[in-house]
Amino acid sequence: MANIALQNIAHSYKPDPKGPDDYALKRIDTVWEDGGAYALLGPSGCGKTTLLNIISGLLTPSEGRVRYNDGDVTDLPPEKRNIAQVFQFPVLYDTMTVYENLAFPLKNRKVQRSVIEERVLEVAEMLDLTPFLKKKAAGLAADAKQKISLGRGLVRSDVAAILFDEPLTVIDPHLKWQLRRKLKEIHERYGLTLIYVTHDQVEAMTFADKVVVMYEGEIVQIGTPQELFENPMHTFVGYFIGSPGMNFLPCTVEGNLARITGSDIPPGIPPGTPPRIPPRIPIDQETAALAEKAEGKLELGIRPMFLEVHDKAVDGGLPVAVKGVQDQGSFKILTLKLAEHTLRAKLAEGKTVPAEKAWVRFPQDRIKLFAGGRLVRKGESKSDG
Amino acid sequence: MDKWEDNKAWFLVLPVFVIVAFSAIIPLMTVVNYSVQDIFGPGQRIFVGTEWFKEVLHDTRLHDALWRQFLFSGLVLLIEIPLGIAVALTMPKKGWGVSVSLVTVALPLLIPWNVIGTIWIVFTRPDIGLFGKAINSMGIAFDHTASPLDAWITLMFMEVWHWTPLVVLLAYAGLRAIPDAYYQAASIDGASAWAVFRYIQLPKMRGVLTIAVLLRFMDSFLIYAEPFVLTGGGPGNSTTFLSIYLVKIAVGQFDLGPAAAFSLIYFLIILLFSWLFYQAIQNVGKGDAP
Repeated sequence: MANIALQNIAHSYKPDPKGPDDYALKRIDTVWEDGGAYALLGPSGCGKTTLLNIISGLLTPSEGRVRYNDGDVTDLPPEKRNIAQVFQFPVLYDTMTVYENLAFPLKNRKVQRSVIEERVLEVAEMLDLTPFLKKKAAGLAADAKQKISLGRGLVRSDVAAILFDEPLTVIDPHLKWQLRRKLKEIHERYGLTLIYVTHDQVEAMTFADKVVVMYEGEIVQIGTPQELFENPMHTFVGYFIGSPGMNFLPCTVEGNLARITGSDIPPGIPPGTPPRIPPRIPIDQETAALAEKAEGKLELGIRPMFLEVHDKAVDGGLPVAVKGVQDQGSFKILTLKLAEHTLRAKLAEGKTVPAEKAWVRFPQDRIKLFAGGRLVRKGESKSDG
Repeated sequence: MDKWEDNKAWFLVLPVFVIVAFSAIIPLMTVVNYSVQDIFGPGQRIFVGTEWFKEVLHDTRLHDALWRQFLFSGLVLLIEIPLGIAVALTMPKKGWGVSVSLVTVALPLLIPWNVIGTIWIVFTRPDIGLFGKAINSMGIAFDHTASPLDAWITLMFMEVWHWTPLVVLLAYAGLRAIPDAYYQAASIDGASAWAVFRYIQLPKMRGVLTIAVLLRFMDSFLIYAEPFVLTGGGPGNSTTFLSIYLVKIAVGQFDLGPAAAFSLIYFLIILLFSWLFYQAIQNVGKGDAP
């Protein structure tokens, strides 16, 4: 059992890093609680595997310290830390049987034979591997192989955390959720800290209590799936979480109105055409005041499901052109054009689908303003962002 | 019979067939032809059936050459395979050292085979050779032209020096192909260096080692140029291997019939052993227990 503290971790693969661009990880400082199920979510190349390898000890960070329960483990090799890791592709010892594979980490640690047998049988039972124990591991299917890799972590009674590096990539879709459920079950039964790297938001959301969203070598937000969805702290979180992602409109703030910017005259319209009045969206007074002071490019964000779409002109509705409808079964996704900006809206089943022209309303309490990519927040000090 | 036109496709195979015929089938059939006839001169021949085969199979000098050959190939495999793996394991995995060590290791492979024999003759000569002179002046009598043991030692050194690099290159390629995750998992599982070698590196090298064993067995079983240059099969008959003996019969004595029969038997032995090795290595670590 361990909580894991990352203190000012930064890592560069170059021997002599100059600017921030040379760093794969830029300053990470956070504490992960004992017994939590964390998902590290981010696109390829955002540094999530690097971070995982730093936690497991396969990499030593260029800067900062890693602590397990206040014990500094930064310079300890992986076998001296009480962690296990499951890799993207199942790693097996081909020439051994399933039993020998599971017993291997214990055998290396000179555990008594009787204890080994007891642990292996228990873990095999847990992972439904009992019928295969006497078989060579090499001949099994990908999901069974991945379970063996997981089992090699579970057999060690001293293991505090299990790290997963995109472990379901090679698994058939219908087996994925079975394995994920198995992981949940193990998590509940043993209370281990689980850290799970993935670029699949569905996987992250269903697996984890807390999702750690990473972007360009930084942690941009740690939160429950609901927090990430409702309160993205960064435009990247808004864009990456949810399908489709959040709508973003570049804007400026005038009083309590957000004025949507962009070229007011769309390309293709001959010069001399009178400029159209740019759309304005009323926003919260306090947020507007903060946004006016904030540095960086201002953007207004709203989730597709919170956009109100009407097929008739309504009070405060902005006229938009309907460019496309995508039927997703239980809901529809509309592609809308507001001036030259594209918006997506989620329309619940049964609602009338407007043809060609529609009016959208931005509910004030659902609008988020971002300055330089970061959320403009009222009445809070910056903390975990 | 309405499919007749389609059979013209067979003509597409013709070029390959012609090439293979000239490169393999016709020469082989010529040998088969010689092996069942007694040839006195152009146009003068009689069919003798299996007589040459019987004669060759009862030739004690051939038996001796055969055992010598097995001993030689066995020693070659016993020394070169472990040595090659050991060298490959110590070679650098990245940086400038990789190309330097690869080129250095590969150098002996680039030298023509008869030149290698000559190099080692000069190297081990007791009067002027660096090695021969040095070891003789230390009081150890060493002369590969006089002592059969010395001839064998020299031959083995030459062979190991010449061909271990091939095993090194193959083993190195096999090692480099192992994904990092295996080493990482082993390190998390607390595996010792020996366990990593035994359970990861060796099983993962099985494919390339199969090739290495096959190539080294066949090449050493067919060895001709180097011992021919170095010892000429002597002293006495102590280093007369199958191919040297074969050439003595065919070219030295011009006994084409027995030589042809000998060649065919030689060919079958190599085929048999290659197949046995292949089967043996492919089956290692497979076979599921029920």
